[in-house]
Amino acid sequence: MQGFDLATPTTVDEAVALLAREGSLAIAGGTDLLPNIKHELFEPRTVVALGGIEELRGIELESDGTLSIGATTTLAHVAAHDEVRCRATALAQAASLVAGPQLRTMGTLGGNVLLDTRCQWYNQSYFWRQSLGFCLKKDGSVCHVIESGSKCVAAASNDTAAPLLTLDAELEFASNTGRRRLPIAELYKSDGVANLRKEPGELLVRVRIPALETGRERLGAYGKLRERGSIDFPLLGVAVRLDVVDDRIVHAALGAIALQARPLALQKAAAALIDAPASGPGFDDAVLACAAAAARQLHPVANVPGDAQWRKEMAPVYVRETVRAARAGTGPVHGR
Amino acid sequence: MASSIVELKVNGDTVEVAAPDHFTLLEVLRYRLGLTGSKQGCDKGDCGACTVLVDGEPVLACLTLARLAVGHEVTTIEGLMPAHLRAGGTGADPVQEAFDRCGALQCGFCQPGMMLSARALLDREPNPSRAAIKGALSGNLCRCTGYTQIIEAVETAIAASTERAPDGGSR
Ligand SMILES: Cc1cc2nc3c(=O)[nH]c(=O)nc-3n(C[C@H](O)[C@H](O)[C@H](O)COP(=O)(O)OP(=O)(O)OC[C@H]3O[C@@H](n4cnc5c(N)ncnc54)[C@H](O)[C@@H]3O)c2cc1C
Ligand code: SF4
Ligand code: FES
Ligand code: FES
Repeated sequence: MQGFDLATPTTVDEAVALLAREGSLAIAGGTDLLPNIKHELFEPRTVVALGGIEELRGIELESDGTLSIGATTTLAHVAAHDEVRCRATALAQAASLVAGPQLRTMGTLGGNVLLDTRCQWYNQSYFWRQSLGFCLKKDGSVCHVIESGSKCVAAASNDTAAPLLTLDAELEFASNTGRRRLPIAELYKSDGVANLRKEPGELLVRVRIPALETGRERLGAYGKLRERGSIDFPLLGVAVRLDVVDDRIVHAALGAIALQARPLALQKAAAALIDAPASGPGFDDAVLACAAAAARQLHPVANVPGDAQWRKEMAPVYVRETVRAARAGTGPVHGR
Repeated sequence: MASSIVELKVNGDTVEVAAPDHFTLLEVLRYRLGLTGSKQGCDKGDCGACTVLVDGEPVLACLTLARLAVGHEVTTIEGLMPAHLRAGGTGADPVQEAFDRCGALQCGFCQPGMMLSARALLDREPNPSRAAIKGALSGNLCRCTGYTQIIEAVETAIAASTERAPDGGSR
């Protein structure tokens, strides 16, 4: 691995001062950063470790019911935490399916939210990429997915982004010029080279999930398509949120990842569920209409491994099963 | 690029090694301390061959910067039997004995990581279900065995531990 200096700040102020310097990158769990450095995709001069900063840790329930999760909270902790499982079920389920056990013990929620986009032509060694003449995300000028394309379509592959979208999560960033809060829906853009509306020196401090309106029951589930039952990145990820009052769905949201550079909000699919009964034949019909609407919006391309046609055909299946799981209080939905 | 003296706690011993900042825990274990039990498989998080325990939890040494392991207890496969003996046991760790008895290996490359993942599971949960065993080992790939004997080995280790428990503990 290419050399770098390691800095170990203990406060947010120290960290943002270090991150403001040219060539600095943050390391939380390091489970994406280090493979990317090894593949010579990232070439930092200084790596700033976040593990020693107290403010970035832990899960708290604020007095107004907001769930506040520190950026360096591990995915294993998010997946197992009772308040997360109850108030943000799809998030807990998504975290429980990221990679394998060791990587969930190491990997953090912040690192997941800010994960670099992935592509089978990009997440490769320098030697491998060089043999193909590189690509426009790094070191080259062509795209191997959309030939003649001028835009990178590497996929947002972070499982937690989909549930966080459906839960209207808000992100708190710190930099050497102050702090700001950003709705997660505004974080991502559709450019695979750099899909984050975030300055290089900005540090993600906490992720907040707003409280549910009183009188509503919030249901959620996550579905993940992948080749093996463990370790693999998603070939498709679907998060579902249903808010229910008196057996009627008063609000629904669906999010999908591993399609394009931006995690997608599936508004038409969600609209098919809103105002539908939450049980009986009315619910069953709404679920099928939702899955059909999702299928019209989801167009996998050959950016991540796995046959794109298979991913396309599985999309309505995963949407259908994940909505059903949310209603039944089961899930996550995944192959093996 | 900066280098420093890194003070690590490995298998109960405090050791000091000089290493550049970008060295992983795996590189320090293998190339500075000569502890080659932790395997360098993919070196990028895919295979689990480099699994070690940090404060009792399985992590990937190939994706852990050595300096960030300072202040934590690192256990490698070399430390498993000594820890078992220190705790009053005899012979190798029951997990090691069981892997041996069940023939749960061919080339052996995945075994150190497998056994450490299994040891951490049994420390957390002495009598796990088969699904829990599969889950705990799901970050460790084996190219040889087909996994069946590996799962049987963990179940054998559980049986051995529970049998021995009444007369003085299993490890
Ligand atoms: C084999 C393998 C399988 C994987 N499978 C999956 C999978 O199925 N699903 C999935 O979603 N991910 C997967 N991952 C990727 C990764 O493990 C997770 O996404 C993890 O959550 C990343 O978190 P981290 O803390 O390790 O991030 P890091 O690697 O530390 O950081 C990731 C990026 O975020 C930046 N960063 C991190 N924290 C902050 C912060 N607080 N403020 C500012 N910048 C920050 C870093 O600079 C870096 O650019 C896999 C990785 C491997 C190696
Ligand atoms: S989609 Fe893949 S091949 Fe195309 S530019 Fe992006 S990373 Fe490169
Ligand atoms: S060598 Fe660390 S996971 Fe393969
Ligand atoms: S015994 Fe060869 S990899 Fe498992």
